[in-house]
Amino acid sequence: MAEIAAPQVPAEERKKNRLGLTLPEYQGSASTLCTGCGHDAITNQVIRAFYEMGVQPHMVAKMSGIGCSSKTPAYFLGKSHGFNAVHGRMPAISTGAMLANKQLVTIGVSGDGDTASIGMGQFIHLVRRNVPMIYIIENNGVYGLTKGQFSATADLHSKSKWGQENQMQPIDCCSLAIELGCGYVARSFSGDMKQLLALLKGAVAHKGLALLDVVSPCITFNNHEGSTKAYKWAKEHEMPLHEIGFVPFFEQVEAEVKPGETKRIDFPDGSHVILKRVGEDYDPTNKGQALLTLLKAREENLFLTGLLYTDTKTPDFCTQLNLVDQPLATLPESLTRPPKAVLEEVMERLR
Amino acid sequence: MTTLAAPEKPKAQTQIINDFSIEIATINGSGSQTANNMLMRSIFQMGIPCSGKNLFPSNIAGLPTWFTIRANGDGYIARKAETDILICMNPDTVFEDIRNIRPGAVCLYNEELPVSEDIRTDLIFYKVPFAKIVKECCPEPKLRRLVTNMIYVGAIDFLLNIDLQETFKALRKNFSRKPKAAEINIVAAQAGYDWAKANLAKRDPFRVERMSKTQGKIILDGNSAAALGAVFAGVTVLTWYPITPSSSLCESMIDYLEEYRIDKATGKQTFAHVQAEDELASIGMVLGAAWAGARACTATAGPGISLMSEFVGLSYYAEIPAVIFNVQRTGPSTGLPTRTMQGDIGLCATASHGDTKHPMLFPANLSECFEMAGDAFDLAERLQTTVFVMLDLDLGMNNWMGDPFAYPTRPLDRGKVLSAADLQKLGKFERYRDVDGDGIPYRTLPGTSHPAASYFTRGSGHNEKALYSEKPDDYRNNMDRLARKFDTARKLVPAPVEQAEPGAEIGFIAFGTTHDALQESRDQLRNEKSVKTSYLRLRGYPFSPRVKEFVARHKHVYVVEQNRDGQMRDLLALEVGADCGRLRSIRHYTGVAIDARFITSSILTQEGR
Repeated sequence: MAEIAAPQVPAEERKKNRLGLTLPEYQGSASTLCTGCGHDAITNQVIRAFYEMGVQPHMVAKMSGIGCSSKTPAYFLGKSHGFNAVHGRMPAISTGAMLANKQLVTIGVSGDGDTASIGMGQFIHLVRRNVPMIYIIENNGVYGLTKGQFSATADLHSKSKWGQENQMQPIDCCSLAIELGCGYVARSFSGDMKQLLALLKGAVAHKGLALLDVVSPCITFNNHEGSTKAYKWAKEHEMPLHEIGFVPFFEQVEAEVKPGETKRIDFPDGSHVILKRVGEDYDPTNKGQALLTLLKAREENLFLTGLLYTDTKTPDFCTQLNLVDQPLATLPESLTRPPKAVLEEVMERLR
Repeated sequence: MTTLAAPEKPKAQTQIINDFSIEIATINGSGSQTANNMLMRSIFQMGIPCSGKNLFPSNIAGLPTWFTIRANGDGYIARKAETDILICMNPDTVFEDIRNIRPGAVCLYNEELPVSEDIRTDLIFYKVPFAKIVKECCPEPKLRRLVTNMIYVGAIDFLLNIDLQETFKALRKNFSRKPKAAEINIVAAQAGYDWAKANLAKRDPFRVERMSKTQGKIILDGNSAAALGAVFAGVTVLTWYPITPSSSLCESMIDYLEEYRIDKATGKQTFAHVQAEDELASIGMVLGAAWAGARACTATAGPGISLMSEFVGLSYYAEIPAVIFNVQRTGPSTGLPTRTMQGDIGLCATASHGDTKHPMLFPANLSECFEMAGDAFDLAERLQTTVFVMLDLDLGMNNWMGDPFAYPTRPLDRGKVLSAADLQKLGKFERYRDVDGDGIPYRTLPGTSHPAASYFTRGSGHNEKALYSEKPDDYRNNMDRLARKFDTARKLVPAPVEQAEPGAEIGFIAFGTTHDALQESRDQLRNEKSVKTSYLRLRGYPFSPRVKEFVARHKHVYVVEQNRDGQMRDLLALEVGADCGRLRSIRHYTGVAIDARFITSSILTQEGR
């Protein structure tokens, strides 16, 4: 596992993806977060995932709420539209944007405060609706921008920078999402770049809401002894449920699936992931097992990562709404204003 | 119960033709709404201008509810404070109902109510055995409760000389998809009519005679009219959270969309509607959708506006179109959620934090609900900001007669949106630069295939290029441009309508549903007291320069509105500056719609006449 660094210019700068674009063309402006922030490592993997997947930058909408995490969309995909919304309300903005243009690839970045406290209502309804987008929680257990207050994902008995012990139960956004029918639920660690990259690519391929809860240590306010969101603690305690490899639809390599050792999850676009068993057998398509595993992790204070749950068949929100193929945003007047005869018919009925 | 008025039997009076009010006191949930609407429609079909107002509790079934109909051959259809004809069906309110009506009024009551006719000797009583009549005309016991109400419609038809065939026609229209229901109700109306004809001697002066003043007109509620306006304005996204009195606007819009906006070729929807988890989410979805290029709206009432205020501020600063239909009502929480008020003028003018101001449109009738819905979408996209359409419960939920709507002739105005081809031609794009000098910048939509298209949307901290900035000059320049944009809005919102009376020293300013009562009051002042008045009806905010001129031309200007604090008067005082001393105020705030007599007596008192 590599040490976390600020966004860096990768070596293979001139290598082009399937659209003929280079990796720097997926970068954004320079980060203004603290040096060593876990969020910057996630930013780097977002850049890489979108580059490697060959997503058209102009088709991407980058959404966020308020907080350190929510600043990050400025640091990736500089050629995409971005929207820094109000605190906890990024889900509603994103839902609206997807209604207007379902062809957009939407990525939302939020934090544990923005999602699990002020934005909890909007978050769970976003999940319920299965709005097609990637939703990343950059989870550090504290409010960074307001200087170190506990968030609602802080673990029981975890200590603040000033030695206070958290007495309340943490909210587990992954358990909630699984319960509410989310079809792609993953937990990762900003220090586990390989796993994070594969999970992000899977999220791009997934048609529906893809939730990534990424533990991302706050170098300034929550990186001390006694914190369960510190680098040291996370590195020492991370237990991947499997090794994950992503195979995009445009680079098909047939890997052999060995029962009991590997599992294959297919996405509607033709991409798939291969999950290689590392410990106990884990089936991410089994909702009951996923929930029980998370419950066990909470009780035993384990930091389990990987693809926790997946169901690639649930229709997303735009499909449920039976929208026309063309984005609603650009429908011509001939399709959105009924003809005069219709108004006359309505008027006749009211006379 | 004591006798309330002089014990004098009403004398035989001359006939009163096409000028009366009917009040029907029933129990909420007893199915009286259909009967009441049929009675109103029968009068309307006889050609007499009329209006109906439902005064209902925040309750599904069991609490008292009143429906009032005003019919007036001269076209006065504002609420009339006095009741001429009372129909008593509710035992809980019967004594108070009877106590409140004016001397000489009619009281038609259900035989089963404990009414003794000597409680008031100045009324004309008609006792009707509803249970007996309904038992004979409706063999199905389950349906009797519902059709009982049609019996009073039949009886009133007889007493007032309303053509029973018009009631039948109204019923068939109402139940066009359920002919069986129409027939059951027709039988009940006929039974009520026949019983009244056989058993009641007409002793009152009220009478309907055919006119042709409603020819070609329609009956509809304001919420449905606004919903239709949105549908014909090409709305593509509707989000909402149920709240009285705005829910029916959304439900009606969904009905129209599902009927007329399914793409015939594919069977798919050219629109999306979402019932959100709360008002925070419904306005958030509107902003997200409009940011990405949809024509998006939501509808709510005061409590919803409070919750939406943060996002409304973001819409102002980030310059994102939004249309909010505010169907105003009284009070927060368990205030008077089912009563009317023009109470959110101050709230909507500056909703949110920091320096924010928002255009508002004030429809006063059905046609304006329809047209201003369309105007609101055009203005929101033209100005890239939130536009409020200010209805109220009275306009939104009650049935009104009005002129049929004119098909929009103007193409949709999608505002300053740059396409990839535009960007190619221009070579550059700066999101918040005032290129045209009107304060309105250009925008691009996500998904625009051009390297210069993208920009980052955030609150107030940005420069002309939409880059993050906390520099004092950037902030001030942006705020000054937003002020210029608001000044541009002044020329774009619907202009006021003026009725100038030569030599009038008194001017009226009113808006929305106050209009009908005000017109009637002006006639009362002219005919009864020889007081001449001019009148300016506001239709949009920011105010036209004509408002200031109007104020300057009059000795006293009375701003008539339906709230306690004179919210519009205060807003006007800011605008007219030195002349604000001329501005006086008439404020009606009971939760019930304003009436002409209230305005007339307020003017006479304030003018010392």
